[in-house]
Amino acid sequence: MSEPRTLLAIDQVSKKFGRVTAVDGISLDIRENEFFALLGPSGCGKTTLLRMLAGFETPSDGRILLDGKDIAHTPPNKRPVNLMFQSYALFPHMSVRANVSYGLEMEHLPKAEIRSRVDAILATTELVQFADRKPEQLSGGQKQRVALARALVKRPRLLLLDEPLGALDKKLRGAMQLELKRLQHEVGITFVIVTHDQEESLVMADRMAVLKDGRLLQCDTPHAIYEHPADRFVADFIGVMNFVPGKVSADGVMAVNGARIAGKVPAALSPGASAVASVRPERIRLFPSAETANRITGTVEALAYHGLDLQLHVRTPLSPRPFLVRVTADAADRRPVSSGDQVELGWDAADVRIFAE
Amino acid sequence: MAPALVWLTALMVVPCALVLALAFFRRGIYGGIDYTFTFENFGLVFDPLYAGIFLNSARIAGTATLIAVVVGYAAAYAIAAAPRRWQPIFLFFAVLPFWSNYLIRTYAWIVLLNREGLITQLLRWFGYTGEPPSMLYTEGAVIAGLVYNYLPFVILACYAPLSRLNPELAEASRDLGASAATTFRRVILPLTVPGIAAGAVFVFVLSIGNFVTPALLGGGRFQMIGNLVYDQFLTANDWPFGAALAMALIAIMLLVLMAQALAANRAAGRAAEAKGDADG
Repeated sequence: MSEPRTLLAIDQVSKKFGRVTAVDGISLDIRENEFFALLGPSGCGKTTLLRMLAGFETPSDGRILLDGKDIAHTPPNKRPVNLMFQSYALFPHMSVRANVSYGLEMEHLPKAEIRSRVDAILATTELVQFADRKPEQLSGGQKQRVALARALVKRPRLLLLDEPLGALDKKLRGAMQLELKRLQHEVGITFVIVTHDQEESLVMADRMAVLKDGRLLQCDTPHAIYEHPADRFVADFIGVMNFVPGKVSADGVMAVNGARIAGKVPAALSPGASAVASVRPERIRLFPSAETANRITGTVEALAYHGLDLQLHVRTPLSPRPFLVRVTADAADRRPVSSGDQVELGWDAADVRIFAE
Repeated sequence: MAPALVWLTALMVVPCALVLALAFFRRGIYGGIDYTFTFENFGLVFDPLYAGIFLNSARIAGTATLIAVVVGYAAAYAIAAAPRRWQPIFLFFAVLPFWSNYLIRTYAWIVLLNREGLITQLLRWFGYTGEPPSMLYTEGAVIAGLVYNYLPFVILACYAPLSRLNPELAEASRDLGASAATTFRRVILPLTVPGIAAGAVFVFVLSIGNFVTPALLGGGRFQMIGNLVYDQFLTANDWPFGAALAMALIAIMLLVLMAQALAANRAAGRAAEAKGDADG
C-alpha cells in the first residue's frame, strides 16, 4: 500500500477568546479517506478546533492547510468542507428533499443533476420514503440521516461531525456508529468527528487525537492509545484503568504499603520520583500462577454482572480505590466468587504502564 | 368566565349594537335622530367622496405599516444579534416611549417638525439659511407619527421569532454554500414571517382608524376615516352617517384581523398535524 496522503494539515493553530486560550498551538495531520476523531472532555477545545475547520472561527495564530492551500481565512461558504451540526440544524420550513437539495442549489448546478444526486444520496441514507416530510415529522435517527445526507450530497473534501450521535439513545447509537463507518467507506470522504465519548472514538476512528485544556496530548490509532497512553490523563480518560500510587524504583514502582509493582519504567522518570503504576481491568487474572510477576491478595467488595463478563471491585492494600477486575463469564462459572471472599489478583509486568504523578 | 362575559356584553357588545342600530336611522333636520329605517347611510359610504377617504386612509396606513415593518424588523434583528445580557436592556429602550402618553408623544413631533422646530434649528446650526422646510401638516408627518407610535409593536412581534431562531440554522446555510444575503432570504426571513405578519396587522389596524395623529400632525383636514367619523359625531351632528362610517371601518379591521388569524391558524394546524405524524 502506498503512503497515505495528508489531506488536512493543522499547523500550530491557536484560538484565543479575550484572555481565554481555547486552542493552544495544536498541530495535526489528517489523511485522505481517514475516519479521524477529536476526543476530549468538555472545554478541551475540540469544538473550537472543529469550528475553525468549518470556517465559523478564525485562528488567532497558525495555518490550516487543505490540499496544501491555507484556508484559515476562507469563509465557510467558500470551503470544500461541510459540517454536520450537533443539533442537526435542519431547515424546519423545508422538506427533507429541499433540505438536501439546498447545498447543490447554492452551487447553481443544473436541475436534473441536482435531482439525480439528491435521489442517489437519499437512497444511500435510506430516506427515499421520507423525502416529502418536514423535519418535525421525523424521528431522531431519521433527522440525523437527513443532516448527514445534506452534508454528503455536496461531496466535500472533508466532512466534520460535531457529536453526531449525542442526541440518540444508547441502542440506536451503537447501530449508527457502524452505519457511519459503513457510509464513510462507501462515499470515500474523509470524516473528522468530535466526541467526548471515548468508547465511540475507539469503535469508529482509524486514528484519534486526545485533547485537554486546548492542547494535544496524543494522536495515534485507538489501539496504540489504549495500550500505550501518553500520560496519566489519557490512561484514565480512555477506557478504565487501575492506578497504584508510589515511588519509582529500579524496575517498577514501590507502592505505599511497601509492595513492589514490576513494570518498565519510562526513561524520563528517575528513581524516587512520585509515580503511578497502572493496569487495565481485563489484564488482571484471578488466582494467578506462582510465577506471575505481580500478585496481591484482596477482598471482593462488590460484583457487577454484565452478561458478557463480571466486574469485581477488590479492596487491596495497594491503593485507596478498589481494583476493578473483569472476569469473563465462563471463567466466573468455573470458579465462582462472591462478595466478601478473599481472592488473589495477578498481572504481568508487560501489562503495567508507569506514569509521572 | 361569567364576569368576563358580563364585562364584554356591557362594554363591547351593547355599545357596538347601539352604534350599528343608529346607522339604520335618518338624521333629524336640526341634528338629532329621526327614527325611520333606511339604508341611505350605507349607500353614502360608497359615495366616491367618502370611498376616496377610505382608500386614502388605507394607503396612509399601508405606507406606515411598510415603513414600520422594515425599520422594526431591522431593529429586532439587531437586538436579537446583540449579546444575550444586553437584549432585555435594548428591548426596554425600544418600548420606553410606550410609558408616556400618546398625545404627548404626538405633540413631541410638532416640536420637531414645526417651521421653527428642532429640525429647522439643527439645519440652521449646520449653516442652512434658506426657507424653513414645511414638514408639519403633511402626509409625511402623519406617516412619521403613525410609524413612531406603533414601531414598538413591530419590534416586539419580530423579536420573538428572531430570538428563538437556532443560530446554527444560519450557520448551516452558510456551511452549505449560501452567502449571507441568500441565508437571510431563504432561511431567516421565511422562519420569522409570522412575527412580521402579527406586527404588520397591528400597525395597519391601529393606523387606519387613527384620528389623533392625522388631526395633530396632518393639520386637521380629513385625510383619514377616523377624522371623518369624529367630525360626523361632533361637528356635523350626523350621528347615523357617523355610525355607518364607523361600522364600515370596523368591518375592514375585522376582515384584516380574520385573515391574519386564519393564516396563523393554518400554520399552527400544519405544525400540529406534523407533530401528530411524528408521534404516531
